[in-house]
Amino acid sequence: MEHHNIEEAKKVVFKGLILLGIITIVEVLIALLGNGHLVHGFSMPKWIMYPLMIGMSLYKAYFIIYEFMHMRYEVKGLVYSVLLPTMLLIWAIIAFFNEGNHWKHNRKVVQDRDRIEAGALPVSAPSATESDASGHNQ
Amino acid sequence: MDTAVVGAHATENDQNLWEGGKSPFRASYGKLMMWYFLLSDAFTFAGFLIAYGALRFSSPTWPVPDFVFSSLPGGVHGAPLIFVTIMTFVLIASSVTMVRAVQEGQRENRRGVVFWMGMTILGGLAFLGCQAWEWTTLIKTENMSVSVNPFGKHTSDGQYLEDAHGHPYSASQEAETFTAGQSYLIHKDHDSGDWIQRKYQTTDGQVLQQEFGPKAFGALFFFITGFHGFHVFSGVVFLLIIMINAASGLYAARKNGYEMVEKIGLYWHFVDLVWVFVFLVFYLL
Repeated sequence: MEHHNIEEAKKVVFKGLILLGIITIVEVLIALLGNGHLVHGFSMPKWIMYPLMIGMSLYKAYFIIYEFMHMRYEVKGLVYSVLLPTMLLIWAIIAFFNEGNHWKHNRKVVQDRDRIEAGALPVSAPSATESDASGHNQ
Repeated sequence: MDTAVVGAHATENDQNLWEGGKSPFRASYGKLMMWYFLLSDAFTFAGFLIAYGALRFSSPTWPVPDFVFSSLPGGVHGAPLIFVTIMTFVLIASSVTMVRAVQEGQRENRRGVVFWMGMTILGGLAFLGCQAWEWTTLIKTENMSVSVNPFGKHTSDGQYLEDAHGHPYSASQEAETFTAGQSYLIHKDHDSGDWIQRKYQTTDGQVLQQEFGPKAFGALFFFITGFHGFHVFSGVVFLLIIMINAASGLYAARKNGYEMVEKIGLYWHFVDLVWVFVFLVFYLL
């Protein structure tokens, strides 16, 4: 269950430190390079940056759970009973992000409805109130 | 019964594993429950982060992280993400020292356990210190609060009609221009304490003034990083208690040895794990 000897174990720990550090640096470099902070006039589209950064973060999570938290050495039943329930989050992410997207597209409807409930008439306002409708007003 | 016969000579098959008498997951009750606590805590954090995602999706604009988080101690500005990267390293380092503490516990080396747990505590305190500085900067210098978000973003090209103090440009001054997607921070006037929402003109001729960014950003930021920071803080307290116990020789006398160190180790790695996702969601994406 444990590592064979202390020297080998120390090596695994050192490897972990280097690995997590390098992945973090690469993530930050992608963020800075992609947003045009490092090379003047160069930037990356979000659909390249985001999957890369999400993928690397998931790998870090895998490494922390399997090596640092020793999940690799646990019995299958324990592994599944802890990790499988988190799969529910996949649906939660899809559902709530989709919901958020609908809020964005229905902001005007919601705001008009709020005005009706407040006793006023719905205002079919042109683009001048567009910034109002985005809810930024203080 | 068949099972009785099987149970008599088979030792390791799945059926009699669950008949009692031995631990099917080969983990102690305490460790197993720590795993399930962490699972439930993961759902709590996931709920918060998904709420952040949903609200971000629902908003036409959102503050750009490498504009919001670009200060360093000593009055340095325009250093995007550098400070949070340092914070991340501090937390990773403290996770690594925790692994060493657990290893020394398995070797029953009391001095090693105490030393490496001490290093882990230092890492945790350093992280909390960094977070305190980050919060102070956002609250005191940049005037962000749970209900006010002064970080906005232009949605079109244009030029300002007023200078940074909110006064109309004089004839000799050249107007500052901006492009769509450029971020801005609404400052407060030093004397009156009023917000300075500068007027500007877009390229298609509209005269507008700087709007505040989406309100939800401040509340989400302080709540989620605060909840994580609270986990770090409780972790430091528990680490301290267990380190003192280890130093006093309590675990050397126990049947299950240094298992408490393993349990707090699981918790501490989990705090690091959560930070991986907080870092991703708030600072990278």
